[in-house]
Amino acid sequence: MATLVIAEHNNAALGAATFNTVAAAQAIGGDIHLLVAGSNCAAVAEATARVAGVSKVLVADQAAYAHQLPENLAPLVAALGRDYSHLLAAATTNGKDLLPRVAALLDVEQISEIVKVLAPDTFQRPIYAGNALATVQSSAAIKVITVRGTGFDAVAGEGGSASIEAVKGGSDAGLSRFVGEEIARSERPELTGAKIVVSGGRGMQSGDNFQLLYRVADKLGAAVGASRAAVDAGFVPNDMQVGQTGKIVAPQLYIAVGISGAIQHLAGMKDSKVIVAINKDEEAPIFQVADYGLVGDLFEIVPELERQL
Amino acid sequence: MKILVAVKRVVDYNVKVRVKADGSGVDLANVKMAMNPFCEIAVEEAVRLKEKGIASEIVAVSVGPAAAQEQLRTALALGADRAILIESDEELGSLAVAKLLKAVVDKEQSQLVILGKQAIDSDNNQTGQMLGALTGYAQGTFASKVEIAGDQINVTREIDGGLQTVALKLPAIVTTDLRLNEPRYASLPNIMKAKKKPLETLTPDALGVSTASTVKTLKVEAPATRSAGIIVKSVAELVEKLKNEAKVI
Repeated sequence: MATLVIAEHNNAALGAATFNTVAAAQAIGGDIHLLVAGSNCAAVAEATARVAGVSKVLVADQAAYAHQLPENLAPLVAALGRDYSHLLAAATTNGKDLLPRVAALLDVEQISEIVKVLAPDTFQRPIYAGNALATVQSSAAIKVITVRGTGFDAVAGEGGSASIEAVKGGSDAGLSRFVGEEIARSERPELTGAKIVVSGGRGMQSGDNFQLLYRVADKLGAAVGASRAAVDAGFVPNDMQVGQTGKIVAPQLYIAVGISGAIQHLAGMKDSKVIVAINKDEEAPIFQVADYGLVGDLFEIVPELERQL
Repeated sequence: MKILVAVKRVVDYNVKVRVKADGSGVDLANVKMAMNPFCEIAVEEAVRLKEKGIASEIVAVSVGPAAAQEQLRTALALGADRAILIESDEELGSLAVAKLLKAVVDKEQSQLVILGKQAIDSDNNQTGQMLGALTGYAQGTFASKVEIAGDQINVTREIDGGLQTVALKLPAIVTTDLRLNEPRYASLPNIMKAKKKPLETLTPDALGVSTASTVKTLKVEAPATRSAGIIVKSVAELVEKLKNEAKVI
């Protein structure tokens, strides 16, 4: 039994979600190999070889893999995957884009977003926006799985000494081409890995008012998120959305400001250790999951909070 | 250009589902059902492409029980030209659904297939990508903008870090994200007209597709519930509790 984990990276650095995925592979048991497919990604391969618990790193370094286009990458992963009992990727947008295409090429079903490994063939995963937890057992020859990071504590990024082996990839499939990207740059921690998250909702009223949250976040070393309502209203960009179909977070402290607490939002943050809700509507559903609630005008409360921190 | 749109019948997004006491699943008796929200966005995008003169015909397809005809009628009322129901009373996995859709793509020779990125019941986020693999077409997943230019389609995708744009060769697969468009409501005259539009019913057997699954659901349970905490009176009290009681700051 051996697991192949698809490393999440941008050709320069290894993505943090990889560490949680390796933790899931450890819970399954057996040898753990990592695949680094990219372009000019030697530095990532070296970093990957140092991840605790990894015994081998496969590197496919060629131009066709520069942007992780699934049309080019899926045939490679499917070809390599035939030698493994388990194929894992993080449930990031890259992993979600790639892995089902791999599963279908292998003619096996995929199990999405597991949060717990109960046995090498049995897993737990949330369904219905996290309102139910399903325990599923797979008899597929190769178990193809995406891993929700919040379910597994990250392994150490240092301490391992895996061998590195180059693998030959295929050529460009000629189906798709990378045109460009707009990546948000932020000095704040990454939303999915942050210890503290401050999120704003429709109650923030405008994008400018998010400055209030940024100031509190900077005092706490926190990441800033948003509800779907705030993103749909154009206050902030999509990469800040926390919820069923956005990012799933489980920080030590989640501060929800002007967020009513729709089911879809709760699905993305209800596993946080401590939840604080600040809302003027005392009937807002967010108070039903909050450890500490503060009813009142956020435009008075948030600046006051900034002063007292 | 002919567009195929996939539509799934799911629990209405406003319903908070309950797990059955015997752990066999969630209780769907007497629960309001609706078209999956991401599928509504898919239908809307197809209709807009037809209104722009880019699409010539829209075929809505659903895989599900006979009652999924309701959701197909909704798609017809929103502007689809005809509908196909692949009837199955079993709860099919994404791979089986993708294989069934592949059979319809082969039959219809559509140039573009638009699907929701995920269904809000199973939360799988798999079918579009699997259909991409089975057809050998390019895939533009989690789309927030779609532009067709000749024999290629530019898709702007919502990714973890922001937005990414890819150019795909047609025929292609697109899966929708929330910001692609805001779906319209069906007007009463269009709902009446939809009743007369053609709706064909097929079966997995007739399409020659095996829907056998290797995934067995052993148990469905309710997640640990959070109980409401306390209401604090002031910011000072909140900061004090976070420091000394919760010890998180």
